[in-house]
Amino acid sequence: MSAGVISKTVRGFSRALGRTLVSENSAHAGGLLQGLDPRVKLIGMLALVVTAALSRRLPAMLGLLGLGVALALGSRLSLWSMAKRVWLVAFAFTAMIAAPALFLTPGTAVYSVIGLAITAQGARSALLLIARVEAAVTLSTLLVLTTPWMHLLKALRTLMVPVEVIALLAMTHRYVVLLTETANAMFESRQSRMVGRLNRREQRRLMVNTGGVLLSKTMELGNEVFLAMQARGFRGEVRLLTDFRLRTRDYLAICGFAVAITVAVVAGR
Amino acid sequence: MMFNLPLPGGTTGHAVGVGIAAIVLGPWASLLAISLALAIQALFFGDGGITTLGANCFNMAIAGSFAAWGIYQLVSLGSVAGSRRRVVAAALAGYGAINLSALLAAIEFGIQPLLFHDATGAPLYAPYSLRVAIPAMMAGHLTIAGAAEAVMSAGLFSYLRRNEPGLVGISSLPARHAVRNLWGALALVLLLTPLGILASGAAWGEWAPRDFSSAVGRAQITAASGNAAAPVVAPSGLARLANLWTAPLPSYAPHFVKSAAFGYLLSAMFGVGLILALAWLAQRCMGAPRGDHR
Repeated sequence: MSAGVISKTVRGFSRALGRTLVSENSAHAGGLLQGLDPRVKLIGMLALVVTAALSRRLPAMLGLLGLGVALALGSRLSLWSMAKRVWLVAFAFTAMIAAPALFLTPGTAVYSVIGLAITAQGARSALLLIARVEAAVTLSTLLVLTTPWMHLLKALRTLMVPVEVIALLAMTHRYVVLLTETANAMFESRQSRMVGRLNRREQRRLMVNTGGVLLSKTMELGNEVFLAMQARGFRGEVRLLTDFRLRTRDYLAICGFAVAITVAVVAGR
Repeated sequence: MMFNLPLPGGTTGHAVGVGIAAIVLGPWASLLAISLALAIQALFFGDGGITTLGANCFNMAIAGSFAAWGIYQLVSLGSVAGSRRRVVAAALAGYGAINLSALLAAIEFGIQPLLFHDATGAPLYAPYSLRVAIPAMMAGHLTIAGAAEAVMSAGLFSYLRRNEPGLVGISSLPARHAVRNLWGALALVLLLTPLGILASGAAWGEWAPRDFSSAVGRAQITAASGNAAAPVVAPSGLARLANLWTAPLPSYAPHFVKSAAFGYLLSAMFGVGLILALAWLAQRCMGAPRGDHR
């Protein structure tokens, strides 16, 4: 089977698993954000993301993006990897959406490209959209890349997320990796036993049947895990271990987040 | 959401899976499952958005799950367990759900320029009006994304029905149960029809020529039309066509009924009865199968 839908899907699964590994590795590396209490980091970074989302001015958004780059450097994250994984992808996706706005937004024409007028309002709107997305995506990616998943889930309790939702997210995370690996193995084994090409109809049937097998396996696994939990005494109550403690650097970080948010709010009005 | 699905026509698409999730798990569990998938996607895989998670959950998990479940129940109502209609129902459930989600997202995008713009008129968030956002979103979803969802839902439904029949039988209401619920809902709607008399004046645009000749009628039309003055004489087209058809139950009540509420109820029962009789007649004429109502 040459490069086809199966190969594409296997690559997608491998990429997702690779990303998971990178996230877990970078979350455990020593750095500025990795050393902070997850609760402080979660609330601080989310507040910065919301500030970027609510900001109305370009300098404020660029300032927040700059802060994100500085935090990435301080947290020993590879800027090249951030550029490839975050900035370029976000730029390409947002620019594609924003480009027609240059011409479609009513306003004062400032430039003409092949007979189509670019309006000042359109250009401003497109820039705002791209800058907002880049700033918000950078800050939220920093949170994910510098916090182990289980710490992130525990920290969500401080935002009053119900404990049942956190337990469900934790279990989903635990088994999503296993099921992604299972799906990957299913496609790889099929690919390795195949000679020649499948036509589109056969490819479609293969994808759908694999999806069906995976769904059955998921349901079976879910039932087995639930029975195992019941056998170990689970009666519907979820308890989480919370051993987070604020240290001096966390208090300093709270001050830092407060200053950054205040400056961004004032500059972004 | 990671499965690349080859579609007829040479392209590929991803399916959300909301159609099959609603059929297998039912709408409430599907709501939870899709929300969790979106949360994991946004928080763990960094795909999607944290601040847009609420909107995504509303569009796909809530509206999508209930739309898929409703469409499946409606289309498969009264069908036999192994019928082709159930596969079509699954396909339509996926197609309808993803398109409703897309439409809701398009509306959310399209109202943003109205709500958020700066002094120069530059939109601060999504830059396109409803006129652009709806066609742009729907073009892709009515074709590629909708087809991916329909193919995935129908294919998975067929596979599960063949290999795991228990899974697709769990959430679907037995037809008799569904029909009983439908009758219950219909009876409730019938009983609520007199609520219509609580509304004052005529519905906008549903005026009779005599409304233009009375001062009270003109005042009501003016008030309902953003204070645009109503003409003193009824438009000539309206006057000419008004007598073309005389309703058998004018103003929802025959002349001999004095109580407006009772007249409303009587009209509703008559209307529903007429529709049911026509539906029964159509079913007889088309020879619809009366299978085992599983």
